Amino acid sequence: MNYNWNWGVLLDDPYLMWMYTGFGWTCLVAICAWVIAFTLGSIIGVMRTLDNGIARGIGTVYVEIFRNIPLLVQMFLWYFVFPELLPKDWGHFVKRGIPLPEFWTAVVCLGTYTAARVAEQVRSGIGAIRNDQRNAAIAIGLTSVQVYRYVLLPVGFRIIIPPLTSDFLGVFKNSSLGLTIGVLELTAQSRQITEYTFQGFEAFTVATVLYCLVTFTVMTLMQKIEGRTRIPGMLSLGAK
Amino acid sequence: MFKDFDWAVIGRALPFLVDGMGMTLQLTVIAIFGGICFGTLLALLRISPFRPISFVAGSYVNFFRSMPLILVIFWFYFLVPQIIGRPIGGFYSVLIAFVMFEAAYYCEIIRAGIQSVTRGQIMAGTAIGLSYIQAMRYIVLPQAFRNMIPVLLTQSIIMFQDTSLVYVVGLRDFLTSADLIATRDNRLVELYSTIAVVYFILCLLGSLAVRRLQRKYTI
Repeated sequence: MNYNWNWGVLLDDPYLMWMYTGFGWTCLVAICAWVIAFTLGSIIGVMRTLDNGIARGIGTVYVEIFRNIPLLVQMFLWYFVFPELLPKDWGHFVKRGIPLPEFWTAVVCLGTYTAARVAEQVRSGIGAIRNDQRNAAIAIGLTSVQVYRYVLLPVGFRIIIPPLTSDFLGVFKNSSLGLTIGVLELTAQSRQITEYTFQGFEAFTVATVLYCLVTFTVMTLMQKIEGRTRIPGMLSLGAK
Repeated sequence: MFKDFDWAVIGRALPFLVDGMGMTLQLTVIAIFGGICFGTLLALLRISPFRPISFVAGSYVNFFRSMPLILVIFWFYFLVPQIIGRPIGGFYSVLIAFVMFEAAYYCEIIRAGIQSVTRGQIMAGTAIGLSYIQAMRYIVLPQAFRNMIPVLLTQSIIMFQDTSLVYVVGLRDFLTSADLIATRDNRLVELYSTIAVVYFILCLLGSLAVRRLQRKYTI
């Protein structure tokens, strides 16, 4: 294998900056998308555990739609198709009016996609709590909002910390799909450096190391948090 | 709202789309087969009582699970020709990337499946004179595979969706073929929504089938 190693190239003028901003965009997309995913996912997950048939139905339809279309196709739907289906002025606004349309499209796409996964975790977390707790909460006179707020959700969320962690890491990794619509995140930048300098080994290695580093940090942190918040005697669902 | 759309383009694009779906299915099937074979091997290494082996297998799995699939595809697309010394085309490098990547996920599923079979069974196997490998082959693995079939199939549906990522290296799978026609004829809305519907129907049918199977096969 003939290959000219040149790690120094990554420290050269635009390339170091490219890597740096790429990593920044990756983190930003992931965090913004996670905010959407967590909020929306919790709501839909709770809807799927309600007695109301309509709420359950909406939740199920949402989860099936977003789980059964490949993420990349969803990305294209949001970016190319969604603005065309809106009334003309709105479509124009989505395409050109908002600053950084690629960024927001990627955030919304990843957020709504991951929300379906979070919803499934929330549902299984609540499902793992024995029915006695719900009944006991109703028996002492809590309203159904209070049952969720004070009994089911605090316990349910603790149980699903490990799978939620892997969903968060999923968003983090999936943010690389933003490159297909022009978000210059970490993977996009390392590919761009490869095309400019032909030093693919170095660029991809740095990207790989950064991804691994974040995964490792988040995993360690969440294990700590899980240990801190564990309720004695309750089991936890292992990460899938 | 829909009056500007020309759905006839789908009919004209059909042969091309069918070819693309052929490529997608081919990739999916080979990658599932390769991924499960390699994943089983990794799982067996990972539960090996010999520490260095289980450590290496564990590191492999954690490493691939912390990388985005797109980056893995780029790695192999760039790396394989460098190692072999000549270009081998997108198809094979993508295939290697998929097998290596998915094996890490299959490994975790298979390991969980193997560990769901109680230890006593291996002991009973060795007690009647089977070797460790025979006990695995004739006692543990058949039960383990039965337990994990639903999860393996679910992962395979995800894998089917993941093959759309070959778009980034321009391999003509279902999505890429649609994309080529969409940009050539400027019919983005029609083509993207059509393939979304096709993917949705296929994956939904797949997951419904998995659910039926799950009810039927639970021991």
